[in-house]
Amino acid sequence: MRERAMDLYEHQARELLDHGGVLVPRAEVVDSPEAARAAAERLGGRVVIKAQVKTGGRGKAGGVKRAEDPAAAELTARRILGMDIKGHTVHRVMVAEPVEVERELYLGFTLDRAAGRFLAIASAEGGMEIEEVAAHRPEAVARIAIDPAEGVTGAKAAEIAAAGHLPPETAGTIRRLWTVLTTHDALLVEVNPLVVTRDGAIVALDGKVTLDDNARFRQPSWDGSADRTEARADDRDRTRESLEARAAAAGLGYVKLDGQVGVIGNGAGLVMSTLDVVAGCGARPADFLDIGGGASARVMADGLSLVLDDPDVRSVLVNVFGGITACDAVADGIVRALDTVTLTKPLVVRLDGNNAARGRAILGQLAHPLVHQADTMDGAAARAAELAA
Amino acid sequence: MAIFLTKDSKVIVQGMTGAEGMKHTRRMLAAGTDVVGGVNPRKAGTRVDIDGRTVPVFGSVREAMDATGADVSVLFVPPPHAKAAVTEAADAGIPLAVVITEGIPVHDTVAFQAYARARATRIIGPNCPGLISPGQSNAGIIPADITKPGRIGLVSKSGTLTYQLMYELRDLGFSTCVGIGGDPVIGTTHIDALTAFEADPDTDLIVMIGEIGGEAEERAADFIRAHVTKPVVGYVAGFTAPEGRTMGHAGAIVSGSSGTAAAKKAALEAAGVRVGATPTETARLVLALLAEPSGNPA
Repeated sequence: MRERAMDLYEHQARELLDHGGVLVPRAEVVDSPEAARAAAERLGGRVVIKAQVKTGGRGKAGGVKRAEDPAAAELTARRILGMDIKGHTVHRVMVAEPVEVERELYLGFTLDRAAGRFLAIASAEGGMEIEEVAAHRPEAVARIAIDPAEGVTGAKAAEIAAAGHLPPETAGTIRRLWTVLTTHDALLVEVNPLVVTRDGAIVALDGKVTLDDNARFRQPSWDGSADRTEARADDRDRTRESLEARAAAAGLGYVKLDGQVGVIGNGAGLVMSTLDVVAGCGARPADFLDIGGGASARVMADGLSLVLDDPDVRSVLVNVFGGITACDAVADGIVRALDTVTLTKPLVVRLDGNNAARGRAILGQLAHPLVHQADTMDGAAARAAELAA
Repeated sequence: MAIFLTKDSKVIVQGMTGAEGMKHTRRMLAAGTDVVGGVNPRKAGTRVDIDGRTVPVFGSVREAMDATGADVSVLFVPPPHAKAAVTEAADAGIPLAVVITEGIPVHDTVAFQAYARARATRIIGPNCPGLISPGQSNAGIIPADITKPGRIGLVSKSGTLTYQLMYELRDLGFSTCVGIGGDPVIGTTHIDALTAFEADPDTDLIVMIGEIGGEAEERAADFIRAHVTKPVVGYVAGFTAPEGRTMGHAGAIVSGSSGTAAAKKAALEAAGVRVGATPTETARLVLALLAEPSGNPA
């Protein structure tokens, strides 16, 4: 399983909005101060430099600055590139033409999980403080459910604009944003601020889009986009990214964490639970690795060699409850992995459920000095935590 | 009795002739499920022999229902075709559709849930292991042989945690175990299952398993406080999950303070639910509750 939601960078979101007919400022994305200067020259001199990171609060962190001329654009880009914003390093900036803002509004479409529908969210009070407005004066933020069979018609767009106290002229933009959401299989399309300019145009000044990875099969244009644009990263990020990329290629659900106990299990819920039990034993999990339902010996072998290659891992815990997954296949996978990988770290295995006895016998026969078996999930976690200490 | 699925349930399988469909139809038959047909428009009129039983294949859900009186459909249809398959089942008026398929785009799920709701078809899932009423019927992929009939009801977002708790409490047994699925949008919710277990005379105690993401457990906690008189024992997975990362299930993602395991545990405990720190401790809480005079009507 891959990650299921893909956040886009602002510049990627801007491109989708632009193609969808929503007005956006002219802009270019660059990765050097010199290129920022050249872009500013092309855009008419005065520009806004915006850090491209996948996190909110860029403005407050100093990641969004005006520049009065190309020389200032170069200087500003030099300051922002390389900046750390909430743990995200800035590798690219967007150089955008400035917009004369009359009013700032908020408009978004997001999933209401409980109702199982998409919601329009609209407010006449857009801008940086929208989260606070939503928290303290919820009545200032309108939430309108969308009937999936009808979508956003002209009448619905007018209703959304009225409910959010947006000018009636925003109705066209509301419909276009809905079309962006549905045609691209997005889980979230958010424009904050949506601005009314001095000359009355409705412009998306900033945009956020999250795509649904489950729709990849019908959205072929996504391949090769998204995360691969992040070219450089520090060493820690690189280790993480290379392990996660290997996992994705092998079809494993993997998330790198920052502890010492490598965790492998079957099923997202059981693996999450295993992380908790490891943490309850006073150790920290090094990863989340789900070999999935019906895992074969080969998948188990891939997963084990991946976790053993993580330099942070000091012990490995394999926790499997065999449902569709057969425990003997898991044990075979461990044996196979040990043919190609030299085990240098202790491995604690707990097998229960389908074919557990056969699986335990296979590991018993292996009689490897670093392979330990445990009878229970809690006991296995305690052992792995102890061995990682 | 059991909820949603009983020995009288007549089950058809959409996608039966595919590899997953065949494998699990065989398991369901072995568990005693009355599988009365499969659906595949390209193989209509053929028959499939499974372990000495012959299961007819129909061209549509409607034909299958007309011919067999089926009232449950289990779907193993791949993601690109899942929306059409669920829509067809709802159009045919099947009372219960169990969607095992993992990886359905959310826009499709939103569309078919609304469609099914308008036609009074109950959906379980998607991305779920289905449900089992031990000793009676099994609709989905839950292993049938790890437990036996009993008086505990279980509702869970996670497949393997369902199995783990079934196994921990195998000596007590279950009325019904329902895996409602880990996707952000699901048909049958914790609250729907709690409602049905509360009304089921054969269920004495309810085990509810949640995980990080969304606020379904918090809503369930409010519901329990107001409407559930039977004892409820809870478990929530994902205390150590980092913020903003998806942990396998699409729904299991934490953003900010909402949806955390700690918040869910606190909400459940405030509603009088005893919440275990691990699956094993959760099982122990169940045993302790049933040992109390008030927890055991029998």
